[in-house]
Amino acid sequence: MLHIYCPHCAEYREEEEFRPKGEAHIARPVEPEATSDEDWGNYLFFRKNPRGLHHELWYHAAGCRKFFNITRDTVSYQIHETYKVGQQPSVTKQASSSKGAAK
Amino acid sequence: MSEIAQMDLNPRGAVKSESPLAMARVNVALASSARDAGVVVREKPFLGHLVLRGNAQDEAFRGGVERVLGLALPLALGPVARDESRGVSIQWMSPDEWLIVVPAGLEFEAEAALRRELSGHYAVMNTSGGQTVLELTGPKVRELLMKCTPYDVHPRAFPVGKGISSVFAKGSAVIRRVDEERWELVIRRSFADYLYSWILDAAEEFGVFVAPAEPAGSAERRIVREVAVEGH
Amino acid sequence: MSQQNRLGTGGRIDRSRPLRFTFNGVELQGFAGDTLASALLANAVDVVNRSFKYSRPRGIVAAGAEEPNAVVQLGASEAAQVPNVRATQQALYGGLVAASTNGWPNVDKDLMGVIGSVGGKFMPPGFYYKTFMAPASMWPKYEKYIRKAAGLGRTPKEKDPDIYDHINRHCDVLVIGAGPAGLAAALAAGRSGARVILCDEQEEMGGSLLDSRELIDGRPASAWVASVLAELATMPEVLLLPRTTANGYHDHNFVTLHERRTEHLADLAPSINGRRQVRARMHRVRAGEVILATGTHERPLVFSHNDVPGNMVAGAVSTYIRRYAVVPGRRLVLSTSNDHAYRAALDWHDAGREVVAIVDAREHPDGDLVNEARSRNIRIIPGSAVIEANGKKRVSGAQVARIDIGGFKVAGRVETLSCDTIASSGGYSPVVHLAAHTGARPEWRDDILGFVPGKVPGMTPVGGVQGKGAIAEALADGAAAGVAAAQRTGFQVEAPALPKVAKVREGRAVALYQVPHVKPAMRAPKQFVDPQNDVTAAGIELATREGFESIEHVKRYTGMGFGTDQGKLGNINGMAIAARCLKQTIPQTGTTVFRPNYTPITFGAITGRHCREFFDPRRYTALHAWHVEHGAKFEEVGQWMRPWYFPRGNETMHEAVQRECRAVRESVGILDASTLGKIEIQGKDAREFLNRLYTNAWTKLDVGKCRYGLMCKDDGMVMDDGVTACIGDNHFHMTTTTGGAAAVLDWMELWHQTEWPELEVYFNSVTDHWAAMAINGPNARKLLAELTDDIDLSRDNFKFMDMREGTVAGVPARVYRISFTGELSYEINVQANHAMHVWKALFEKGEKYSLTPYGTETMHVLRAEKGFIIVGQETDGSMTPEDLGMQWCVGYKKPFSWIGRRALTRPDTKRDDRKQLVGLKPLDPKLVLDEGAQIVLEKEITIPMPMVGHVTSSYYSPNLGHSFALAVVKGGAKRMGQTVYLPMADGRVHAAEVVSPVFYDADGARQNV
Repeated sequence: MLHIYCPHCAEYREEEEFRPKGEAHIARPVEPEATSDEDWGNYLFFRKNPRGLHHELWYHAAGCRKFFNITRDTVSYQIHETYKVGQQPSVTKQASSSKGAAK
Repeated sequence: MSEIAQMDLNPRGAVKSESPLAMARVNVALASSARDAGVVVREKPFLGHLVLRGNAQDEAFRGGVERVLGLALPLALGPVARDESRGVSIQWMSPDEWLIVVPAGLEFEAEAALRRELSGHYAVMNTSGGQTVLELTGPKVRELLMKCTPYDVHPRAFPVGKGISSVFAKGSAVIRRVDEERWELVIRRSFADYLYSWILDAAEEFGVFVAPAEPAGSAERRIVREVAVEGH
Repeated sequence: MSQQNRLGTGGRIDRSRPLRFTFNGVELQGFAGDTLASALLANAVDVVNRSFKYSRPRGIVAAGAEEPNAVVQLGASEAAQVPNVRATQQALYGGLVAASTNGWPNVDKDLMGVIGSVGGKFMPPGFYYKTFMAPASMWPKYEKYIRKAAGLGRTPKEKDPDIYDHINRHCDVLVIGAGPAGLAAALAAGRSGARVILCDEQEEMGGSLLDSRELIDGRPASAWVASVLAELATMPEVLLLPRTTANGYHDHNFVTLHERRTEHLADLAPSINGRRQVRARMHRVRAGEVILATGTHERPLVFSHNDVPGNMVAGAVSTYIRRYAVVPGRRLVLSTSNDHAYRAALDWHDAGREVVAIVDAREHPDGDLVNEARSRNIRIIPGSAVIEANGKKRVSGAQVARIDIGGFKVAGRVETLSCDTIASSGGYSPVVHLAAHTGARPEWRDDILGFVPGKVPGMTPVGGVQGKGAIAEALADGAAAGVAAAQRTGFQVEAPALPKVAKVREGRAVALYQVPHVKPAMRAPKQFVDPQNDVTAAGIELATREGFESIEHVKRYTGMGFGTDQGKLGNINGMAIAARCLKQTIPQTGTTVFRPNYTPITFGAITGRHCREFFDPRRYTALHAWHVEHGAKFEEVGQWMRPWYFPRGNETMHEAVQRECRAVRESVGILDASTLGKIEIQGKDAREFLNRLYTNAWTKLDVGKCRYGLMCKDDGMVMDDGVTACIGDNHFHMTTTTGGAAAVLDWMELWHQTEWPELEVYFNSVTDHWAAMAINGPNARKLLAELTDDIDLSRDNFKFMDMREGTVAGVPARVYRISFTGELSYEINVQANHAMHVWKALFEKGEKYSLTPYGTETMHVLRAEKGFIIVGQETDGSMTPEDLGMQWCVGYKKPFSWIGRRALTRPDTKRDDRKQLVGLKPLDPKLVLDEGAQIVLEKEITIPMPMVGHVTSSYYSPNLGHSFALAVVKGGAKRMGQTVYLPMADGRVHAAEVVSPVFYDADGARQNV
């Protein structure tokens, strides 16, 4: 049972108010008709399944009915941040690995 | 025809209307009176419910709503804007969505007034037939709500005045705290029977009493209509 | 013979309230304040169960949740039966009825015991698998008898009359365990004003302090407990939950607490003032901070025949004597590896019974308690241990020998001491289970010879679970954690003054788990590690010899830690033995994973109120009461209760549906269509949004016109359909399928919010706002004309697929001339509160047309006659619009690449041998094919053979005079006229002709009148 901060309601809410919607930042190709079958297939069907940091799209179904993004660790289930659609995550694998390098 | 079709859906003549709880049955042992009950349930049927959509950043939009309803548009989750004497309230539902409740039968006038005052990208949608209001009063309401919703109803998280929407039993509800021991639920018509039965069942151990539904008052009507017209 | 083991004074029982109870049919007496276990011990009941596998007689071992043997079946009546109740956790009440869960035909004469005693060594781990699995066909027979003989209780056969519920709680600090550390933590946090929940699984809060020998501030420890509880009770933000087990620890400090509210009163929940009381309640707690004060479980030593009744863990002996005034025997031998366990001997001695000897594994025991024992002239045998217990149904003696722990061997001669009770202690295992639920691996600490909880964000272990078991230490640790937790959740408080507790000096314990025997480990008489699952030290050793090196595999091979035990009593001993056999350390061996629930909970508590009528929401239309009154049979569609058909008199379903079908085609019928999803769309980009959402075009739809639309997912597969009306230039009224309403709205929001936020459009569900009544049939116009005077119903002014606003029966209405039956049809939409009035008015005027209400079944038949699909029946997420023969509904020329378009040009969606929608006409015109029946091309059935499709809908049509079906068939469009075959499970093979899916009025003449 995750405890999720909704960036629109600006409150922590219980997981049962939300629906997970899979990987975040899956943009529809701008020109679908000019997209190859393979690329279209990748867009439709292929998703990351990382061990560790993952960016996910969630829906506040029983609350404000807004979609938003979560950066979540798939091992510890820790939520590092939530952010609105259109924004970019601040906690990323790149960011954490560069932090690691700085140490 | 116009860009938006607006329609007064209330009949002019004598028509027997039925609230969503018209067929609800009581399946638990009720307390003998409101005084003996930890929870008193009362429906406030036939109120006008409007969903307002628009851009909260737009000053003209905010101003227009305020002129029509005489209440400032809430800009974040928190207190419901409310004038109890006129029976008008505006609740923040989402960054671009509000629930407006007006006295019974005034939803058409309120919508028309909003349409006169607002411009640009906005929407007003009438949902009066699709939902009803349940009022819950009594010292045990908070404990009852804890059995129904995962939302924190403690005064520190849910002070008087606040309104939210959340999971309620296996459905959902808008939950508003009107007073220390007075709450309102806005529930959907099709779920009303399920939620009402659930509430009675969950409240049985506290002693629960069902009060007669609040009749729609005509005095209230005039007040709101005047405000709506004033705004124009 | 009553309560011969009860002391005349002392204990926390109420001797003025004797209680009668029944165990295995024998009536016994105990006192208020007893547990079932203490009452059984008071009455000298030695054998409480038979063991799971070997059927050995077993007695009470412990005094808490870790009890492995005294697992009983509770309940006086059939409906009240509860299995798997630990007698040590069950409060005694008058009239309690309990029975052993194991033992067939009974615990004293047990059939399986013959196998257990004679064939014990022939039942190693894997015995059942190895012995009974061949031949495989015989397993069900063996299983029947094995299960009968070796169960762990049974479920009731009657309905449980009790009610249960869930409650959601939020707090700043949750303290789990109300022993010294937990009480101190709750007191500190509570004084800060933070919201605090303190829960404890026992009847009374206080934990070890309730049977402690130490004084706190010069008074008995229980007095301090009472004063703390009194102060906590005055704090409005503190909730005390006794009889409440934290049974699951989930992510982000979400903890489920299982509160037993009435189980200490009776086997069924009593009513108060006629109000049913909740028997058990699950508290779903979201905590800011969790303080884990779960203490320790004492480990017994693993020696031969350590399962004979009369063997107990040392701490339990103290608990029974001090808390319940029960001395569970006459002559005690204590075998220990540590000082702490000396309390058992001291308490026993002080109760006036004989301590035969304390057998201490250490060469030079030295500590305050040791000296106390010496001062009482109790014999202490150093450097030794009990290596074997004598006796069958009760201990009759203890074989004691000097042992060499490092060399794992007996180092001297064996002396037999006469006794009836052997208490043993191998140390104290922190109760890490809850912390492990979240995935945190426990960490080994050599200094305390135990695993402590791994790190969990927002969780602080305190007291015994952190290796700080001494009272003074536990109090200080708890208080500091309480202050810190309050601070982290935003509350300031000063550390409470700690009470004075005399320090007890304890000597260092020695690491002893399995005790060596004179015989080699594999041949020694059984040394039990996990008595509940009959796992022995030799069994674990065998597992390691057979190649199981991972502790998780050893667990599964031997069964160690299974059942209700979940590794409470024996796990650390088992790991230590595995480590010895694998020649590695305990931390290298590691622990198994503990999972919820910590102790068994009833299905009632898990289910809460979500059962019976509340199992799932039932949604009703505004016309439901009328349907009920008119005898409708209902069908659940999504969560909606829809009329299925309206039988008259003794009509069968078939007869009713045939009549309803004819009524629609011949005169007029009416359907409650209110459940269809309805979405209101407003905004200047509404049309563009519809263009992108639907497969067909919406740019040119005029105000007052309706259009049917198909929605695909972006993979090109049909997801929903429905009619959308343009009611204003920027204003549309969309309908969806009944089941798809919520999903379609979410789908629209998803695309709007994530891909096309620039489109100026808003959506809202108005499903419940409108009630919809569809009148269908040649007399529909005449009927409607009687109820409206402001809508021109003439053929040319109100055409098929038009929408008009007006008044019907005095109620403002939107009337859509759309049809799902192929007949002349009007769908009347009014605000739901006024719907019943309109519906009744229609029936008033409809009498002369024999207006007939019909349900979903008739609707299905009529639409199928027309070849209209139902999404989810003709489609299954793998059908494109073209597969459904609905190319006419696909706007390939629309400029924007609408959702699904690109995928429809993928090679796979272009194949011409995809499954396509066809009609089937059975060669036997009376035969209604089974929906779901598979279709093959050959009459001769050979298995396997290619299956080319299946029946999606199948009915008998009174209008056609024959049966018919819709089906999807590979390359079906090209198979018109071909005969296909449908093999049935009973061997019959049906034949049907492939035909067009439109069976009725293919030109649409009937709806365009």
